[in-house]
Amino acid sequence: MTIDVVGVTKRFKTFTALDHVNLTIHSGELVALLGPSGSGKTTLLRIIAGLEWPDTGEVRFDGEDALTRSVRERNVGFVFQHYALFRHMNVFENVAFGLRVRRGADKLPEAAIREKVNELLSLVQIDWLAERYPAQLSGGQRQRVALARALAISPRVLLLDEPFGALDAKVRKELRRWLRHLHEELPVTSVLVTHDQEEALELADRVVVMGHGRIEQVGSPAEVYDNPATAFVHDFIGETIALPGEVRGGALYFGSHALGLDPQGVADGPARILARPHDVDLADPGTTPFAGKVLAVRTFGPTRRADVELTSTGGPVVVEAAVPHGQTLEPGTKVGLLPRRYKVFPQPAR
Amino acid sequence: MSASPSRIAFRQQSVIPGFGLTMGLTLTWLGLIVLLPLSALFIKTSELTLDRFIAIITAARTLHALQVSFGLALVAALVNVVFGAIVVWVLVRYDFPFKKVADALIDIPFALPTAVAGIALTALYAENGWIGSLLAPLGIQVSFTPLGIVVALVFIGLPFVVRTVQPVLADLDQELEEAAASLGATRVQTLVKVVLPSIWPALLTGFALAFARAVGEYGSVIFIAGNLPGVSEIAPLLIVIRLEEFRYADATAIATVMLVASFLLLLIINRLQRWAELRGGRNA
Repeated sequence: MTIDVVGVTKRFKTFTALDHVNLTIHSGELVALLGPSGSGKTTLLRIIAGLEWPDTGEVRFDGEDALTRSVRERNVGFVFQHYALFRHMNVFENVAFGLRVRRGADKLPEAAIREKVNELLSLVQIDWLAERYPAQLSGGQRQRVALARALAISPRVLLLDEPFGALDAKVRKELRRWLRHLHEELPVTSVLVTHDQEEALELADRVVVMGHGRIEQVGSPAEVYDNPATAFVHDFIGETIALPGEVRGGALYFGSHALGLDPQGVADGPARILARPHDVDLADPGTTPFAGKVLAVRTFGPTRRADVELTSTGGPVVVEAAVPHGQTLEPGTKVGLLPRRYKVFPQPAR
Repeated sequence: MSASPSRIAFRQQSVIPGFGLTMGLTLTWLGLIVLLPLSALFIKTSELTLDRFIAIITAARTLHALQVSFGLALVAALVNVVFGAIVVWVLVRYDFPFKKVADALIDIPFALPTAVAGIALTALYAENGWIGSLLAPLGIQVSFTPLGIVVALVFIGLPFVVRTVQPVLADLDQELEEAAASLGATRVQTLVKVVLPSIWPALLTGFALAFARAVGEYGSVIFIAGNLPGVSEIAPLLIVIRLEEFRYADATAIATVMLVASFLLLLIINRLQRWAELRGGRNA
């Protein structure tokens, strides 16, 4: 099912959670809404689900207005961050809930309910837990129950709110692969909310990066990583080295020193030169746009980072640079930084 | 591992300190405050012969008083559970002006001297009172009837239900209701299948507390009840009457019956509550 979000704005008292958001989610896609806390991603998901209503704007399912329908009429499967399982029901009854509450012509006979629930429990690989209560399950198992329960109503849209947020790293990774697999098996459009970029990049067909109630960029995982549209996306996804600079007369300067880098069409004024750590080489200080003093070198596992202090007229700026294997760097030495691939963005006014 | 198995494992290894001290204090305290007065009651009752005891408690007036006390306390507790649950729902779920004031009002029956409550209620429900004068043309008389007793017991029992259920409902994750709705449940289905089972143990506790309080209530009831023997005389009043007649053993005999009956009822409610909690799957 195609979901269209058109011009949606939502305010909570004085806080603007969503600011004129437009988004189209294609049928059968798995889309991740990625952003820091307070970026409005969960609010957008809840508006699509019908748990929240926008102040202005439209939500359409396959072209039909969805806002006139309540959450129970929208036929969406919603998976909550903290699972929201019914504690007084065992696993089987939790999954059966959506089938048991049906009334009138939709009501299923008991045998059909049992068959469907057992089928779902095997699908999420917890058929052996059917008689247990939620309190007796691990986090990963609870999440599987929550997913089976949401799938019981045969939803055309599956909405997941930080589904793996409360799980430990190993279980999270395993469930992530499994969810991707499940999405491909079922005729469902999935929207996943997460603040974990690794999760979004690994799992989703398309990633929607959100910040401050706006959509910053929509694209494939490779696009948002390699070609971030805004400084916010560059900062938020992957690791970033931020080098200060200024555009004057169509050229980039650091202080009074011309950098010899391409300003990429950014207008005159203070700018930020953003690069991935692995795209910045260390070189002889005389030959590079930037040079500075090494303050400290730190090692985490396979990577080593150096804090380099750049001196400029506006006071010292410390950046973190990647140190390649086999290169030794002593604190106190002078080193040059050469960005090979970089993006230039205007410095936002403060 | 090589410790002698003959020693009964009364206490287990634990990081929580002070088992001996706190357990000792608890038992002493319970003994002094609860058990000692109660045993005095039984000792005083034992001055009676068994025949005399049975004669006292099976007298028509006694039986009727007990029936009024327990029966009307049950009715009042049931009324309180239903309306208390609604009050809790409104206080927890909605925001409205003067909510804090409304919340504070709930506790007034706790604080008000019961005699004051009784006099106020009697004045309100008497035939020439504000409410009584409205009910009188309909042929409903509240003051000086068993109905008046129920009104007084409902008044004093309400905070017990509200204050036990309120924190439980406030803790109940609203996501549960959202989950139920997203699965297609109507509001009524969500309430019956999700919310009520979750607050059921708390409702039972509130019921037990309101009931226990109502059984022993004296001050507010005697003003509104009319106290006609065989019609609207409650057991605690009968005990006082016997005391005033210096028939102490008779008084303690009735008290003993009340005590045992209350204890049994509370025990049953306690079992029910445990069962509800087990069904709630809260025991991991």
